[in-house]
Amino acid sequence: MPISQSHGFSSPKSELTALVVDDDGVSQKIHHRLLNILGIENDVVANGKEAIDIHLSGKKFNLILMDRDMPVMNGIEATKRLRDMGIGSTIAGVSSHSSSKIKQEFTEAGLDVYHEKPLTVAKLLSVVSKIKPKE
Amino acid sequence: MPRFHGQSNHAPVDIVNQLQKQYVDYLTSLFHEGVLDDQFTQLQKLQDESNPDFTVEVATLFFVDSDKLINNMAAALERSPVDFKQVDADVHQLKGSSSSIGAMRVKNLCITFRSFCETQSYEGCLICLQQVKNECAVLKDKLQNLFRMEQQIVGAGGSVPLMD
Repeated sequence: MPISQSHGFSSPKSELTALVVDDDGVSQKIHHRLLNILGIENDVVANGKEAIDIHLSGKKFNLILMDRDMPVMNGIEATKRLRDMGIGSTIAGVSSHSSSKIKQEFTEAGLDVYHEKPLTVAKLLSVVSKIKPKE
Repeated sequence: MPRFHGQSNHAPVDIVNQLQKQYVDYLTSLFHEGVLDDQFTQLQKLQDESNPDFTVEVATLFFVDSDKLINNMAAALERSPVDFKQVDADVHQLKGSSSSIGAMRVKNLCITFRSFCETQSYEGCLICLQQVKNECAVLKDKLQNLFRMEQQIVGAGGSVPLMD
């Protein structure tokens, strides 16, 4: 049974949009697929600077899945910059760090929620439930 | 217990059943050996008619990326002085992607590898690098076998069992 049906999530496209910010190709593909299954239209960028640039181009997202360790600009810096820009999207930190100190540092940058990789449907659904209305 | 989705067409049922049983037994052995964990099953569940090759595509991406990362680690360990921070960054990346595809043994080796990077143990890092290389090669071989078995099942008109 397709996972979207087994989780009772409606197949038709939702109104929500998301941005995947991750330099790892495997994570990009999985997160992109997870969001597609939940009917959430999404863009994928490879680092924090590209996340800033896509917002500067005028695009807005309900949800940002932000990796922590990325080249050019990491997730902590990108999150701080987005919040400084007034971006109020729900930002979920998604990283493979388990250290509470690292989680705290990342959260204090402006995250709404943090999840350790790998991201699963259940974790993503819990993130989606926290999404704030798009500004 | 395996579940089946999709419908068989008119190929000999015995052959399809046999292939499916071999597949389930093989996949079960990969879980028991610790080569794969439940995350692999979660990946398989993301596959459907609209994305029939999703798992193969993700695995292929992992093998390409892991080769690059392992080469980077090897190069960094050959330099003098060794940049253990850079090695650690690459190991961390490999840990993340291996956990995302359910490659449990690779992930666990990366955890050990990181501890040697932290203590800047050159010998420890060299040993871990070789172990990671070997384990990725084993994983690739076993997943290629698994995907071949999937193709045989589909080719015989059956559907690939999904493990619960």
